[in-house]
Amino acid sequence: MSTDPALLVRVTGLSKTYGSTVALSGLDLTLQRGRILGLLGPNGAGKTTAIHILMGLLTPGSGQVRVLGMDPGRERHRIAERMNFASAYVQLPSNLKVYENLNVFAGLYGVRDARRKVEELLELFGVAELSGRLTGSLSSGEKTRVNLVKCLLNDPELLLLDEPTASLDPEMADHVRTTLRRIQRERGIGILYTSHNMPEVEELCDSIVFLHQGLKIAEGPPREVLARYGTRDLDELFIKIVRKEHGSAGGGS
Amino acid sequence: MNASLRRIGAVVLRYAYLHKRSLPRVFEIVFWPVMELLVWGFVSVYVRSLSADPAVRIAVFLIGAMIFWDILYRSQQGVSIAVIEDVWTQNIVNVLVSPLRIWEWLTATFIYGFLKTCVITAILWALAYGLYRFDLADAMGLYLVPLAANLFLFGWALGVFTSALVIRWGHAAEALIWGIPFLVQPLSAIYYPLSTLPEWLRPFALLLPSTHVFEGMREVLATGRMASASLWASFGMNLVAFAAASMVFRFLYGQAKNTGRLGRLGLD
Repeated sequence: MSTDPALLVRVTGLSKTYGSTVALSGLDLTLQRGRILGLLGPNGAGKTTAIHILMGLLTPGSGQVRVLGMDPGRERHRIAERMNFASAYVQLPSNLKVYENLNVFAGLYGVRDARRKVEELLELFGVAELSGRLTGSLSSGEKTRVNLVKCLLNDPELLLLDEPTASLDPEMADHVRTTLRRIQRERGIGILYTSHNMPEVEELCDSIVFLHQGLKIAEGPPREVLARYGTRDLDELFIKIVRKEHGSAGGGS
Repeated sequence: MNASLRRIGAVVLRYAYLHKRSLPRVFEIVFWPVMELLVWGFVSVYVRSLSADPAVRIAVFLIGAMIFWDILYRSQQGVSIAVIEDVWTQNIVNVLVSPLRIWEWLTATFIYGFLKTCVITAILWALAYGLYRFDLADAMGLYLVPLAANLFLFGWALGVFTSALVIRWGHAAEALIWGIPFLVQPLSAIYYPLSTLPEWLRPFALLLPSTHVFEGMREVLATGRMASASLWASFGMNLVAFAAASMVFRFLYGQAKNTGRLGRLGLD
């Protein structure tokens, strides 16, 4: 398998089943450094399954997975030093203050000059004034931004973002997207992004992979995929694919 | 600093932050052990008053046993509660996808459990001396160190085992964290000598490292010395218990990783 340093993620023929339920079936995907790949699909399509396999949290059924040139099943810890993750559904401990949480994760990721780094990132996401607040007392938008600060602490080369803007109001989601895009461009980070917000994906992602019932249905830059399916936007495409494919494949994650 | 030490330090720091401002947590450390000591201490005083024979040392046995049991119980709790804390706060996935190794995580929970138990034991020691004139150090002498070390080891082994159940079954296994130490309590012959147990049960009781510790404690309190064979037996059984708990942890962690449970921990 290629060890091209620009290739952050390479997945070939990845399958996973839970009993008789097919969560992923023969998935191929790649993510290049400095690109944002959107992983789309309805609930149960296999997006979270794919992300969990990339993070080494889930054992694949079959297929090959390389993250930063390494196998997440065997070298999770080495990958974790150069990768990070945020999800709307995974929280930082609510009973710790923001700076306490970030100090702990700075320690886990071996961040040098952690104090300066934390301050710089809090500033970048406009949440510096929240540093002394209990994490549990923050609004959803504030928590999301603090989660993003956590996932940039180790200057990752690869970010896995699982619906990071879910539960945010449109203005806050826009602010988060703008900041993410800026950081991604400045630092050349590769981002694997899942979202149900199709306009967001269209705006942010360089290319998309559309999953449905564990199968890859469509792939490519958003405009090309839209042209191929003759749809105006990803919302329309989403509905078209799901309705067309409904019942043609079995299972989900 | 060594990367492993730094990560272990970060996890210990996380637990220290928790206790820094949380009155209920500080209260939890102090309240239960102190209440237990008061009950057992006054029972001991009462029992002592029933016998005119100064050779009867039941009071000392009971207070010593209570403090020793707390070392075992709190060290187990230190590990399991540290793990389930991250499940409760939905932070466990953040921890599991960080560079932290599982053995580093567990080591941090051992350290946290050790520090917490030392604080509790010091409080109980002072109270037992103040209220009942029972001086743990004076009564146990140097035997205190290897006996307490064995209790810590067994507590950690139980903690690894109960943490494995949490990793595999999440919240559903929560009750076992509190319950499993009490499964070993009757067999460990804590408040009574091993000879009290039915004869057929004694060989099973002797398979527990804790039984040797509590028998040894009574021997030291009664005679000022104990057979080193009991200590070695306890250490040996602790090694077996630790190896078994680690294997269970590894197996259940692998199962959780295979079934997708690991990534969903804390989310249901």
